[in-house]
Amino acid sequence: MIEFHLDPRSGIAPYLQIVQQVRQALLLGLLSEGDQLPTVKQVVAKVAINPNTVLKAYRDLEREGLVAAKPGVGTFVTRTLSQASLTEHEPLRHDLAAWLKRARGAGLTEAAIEALFTSTFRATAEEER
Amino acid sequence: MTAILEAHALGMRYGRRQALTDCTLNIPPGHVVGLVGPNGAGKSTLLKLACGLLSPSSGSIRVLGNAPGSRPEQLARVGFLAQDAPVYPQLSVADHLRLGAHLNPRWDQDFAERRVAQLDLDPAQKAGKLSGGQRAQLALTVAAGKRPELLLLDEPVASLDPLARREFLKHLMESVADNDTSVVLSSHLISDLERVCDYLIVLVSSRVRLAGEVDQITAAHHRIVCTRRDPDTLPAGLEVVSAEHTDRQSTFVVRTDAPLPVGDWAAESLSMEDLVLTYMETAATVRPARQDSEVTR
Repeated sequence: MIEFHLDPRSGIAPYLQIVQQVRQALLLGLLSEGDQLPTVKQVVAKVAINPNTVLKAYRDLEREGLVAAKPGVGTFVTRTLSQASLTEHEPLRHDLAAWLKRARGAGLTEAAIEALFTSTFRATAEEER
Repeated sequence: MTAILEAHALGMRYGRRQALTDCTLNIPPGHVVGLVGPNGAGKSTLLKLACGLLSPSSGSIRVLGNAPGSRPEQLARVGFLAQDAPVYPQLSVADHLRLGAHLNPRWDQDFAERRVAQLDLDPAQKAGKLSGGQRAQLALTVAAGKRPELLLLDEPVASLDPLARREFLKHLMESVADNDTSVVLSSHLISDLERVCDYLIVLVSSRVRLAGEVDQITAAHHRIVCTRRDPDTLPAGLEVVSAEHTDRQSTFVVRTDAPLPVGDWAAESLSMEDLVLTYMETAATVRPARQDSEVTR
């Protein structure tokens, strides 16, 4: 069983933080197929957040096909991310490295690159909601 | 489904002082509603109108589909926790539960006893001897033990230390998860509201400035920073909530329900705290209240 935590200063919506933490746990192999996520009640009793926030996060994960809800039992992991996604890491890293090279070539400073990345990251994260 | 709270042009006047003005709200069920605003904005008045302790001077209010406090059945459906979580100092913890059992037709004694045990309260202890956090928890236990469909809480955590506050909110959220209880909660602690609320009402000087689902509200507001310019030169469809200028830079908080158009500016989202403060600060210039609750779910 994993535990969630919230960073109020992250600027990321609480439900997205939960989604990200589940994804991260899958990537790190902390969660694998068949594992149960904490129940909504367990989460709210631990983190003091709105139950709807947890439900929304779990629904998002369900839509992504990462977990499935068994009514009256709980929410279970249906897919393991780690191996598949690790093989995807390399080409993504390659693309990112190429992009960074172009950004530096265009004269952007480290700070400008970071600002551009963060704002684009946020914008696309919002679009995906 | 029936709205938690439906108000039309609701007004409340104490003598010559207008405590609530032209308040129109429609809060769909299943929400935890955060009620924020400066002291004296009308938060307590709105909560007292909702539980029936006050009758409106003008306009109308319905809670869970009925006039507040109209009948015993209505009283059983709504729990109210007044400011500073009042308890009876001379009565013991067990007495409070007995009182709850006698006064409330839907009282859940199992739940109340379990909660008292969980909180490590001594049933024989006089309520007056409890700590602030314990008193608040006891008051919440009694209010939740009546198994209301709606809990109205007036600044329940204001006097609590951070640990007691977190514990209180955990228990409150557990109650919400267990019984689908809707909650309206007033507080100055926006960081707490950010965790637990999915609906927000900003009240300033007796008027509703902003009301709607937190997700929609936060998605619709942006802070844009650009070279100094007049708000009128911004694209149509952007409602300017606030504008600040330096000699060469302008900072706007804008609202749009459509995606923010691309422009020659840096845009960022606002935290709930920034958003609430923006609406509080700009309240001096009277603008019509925004009302989002018509959005059907």
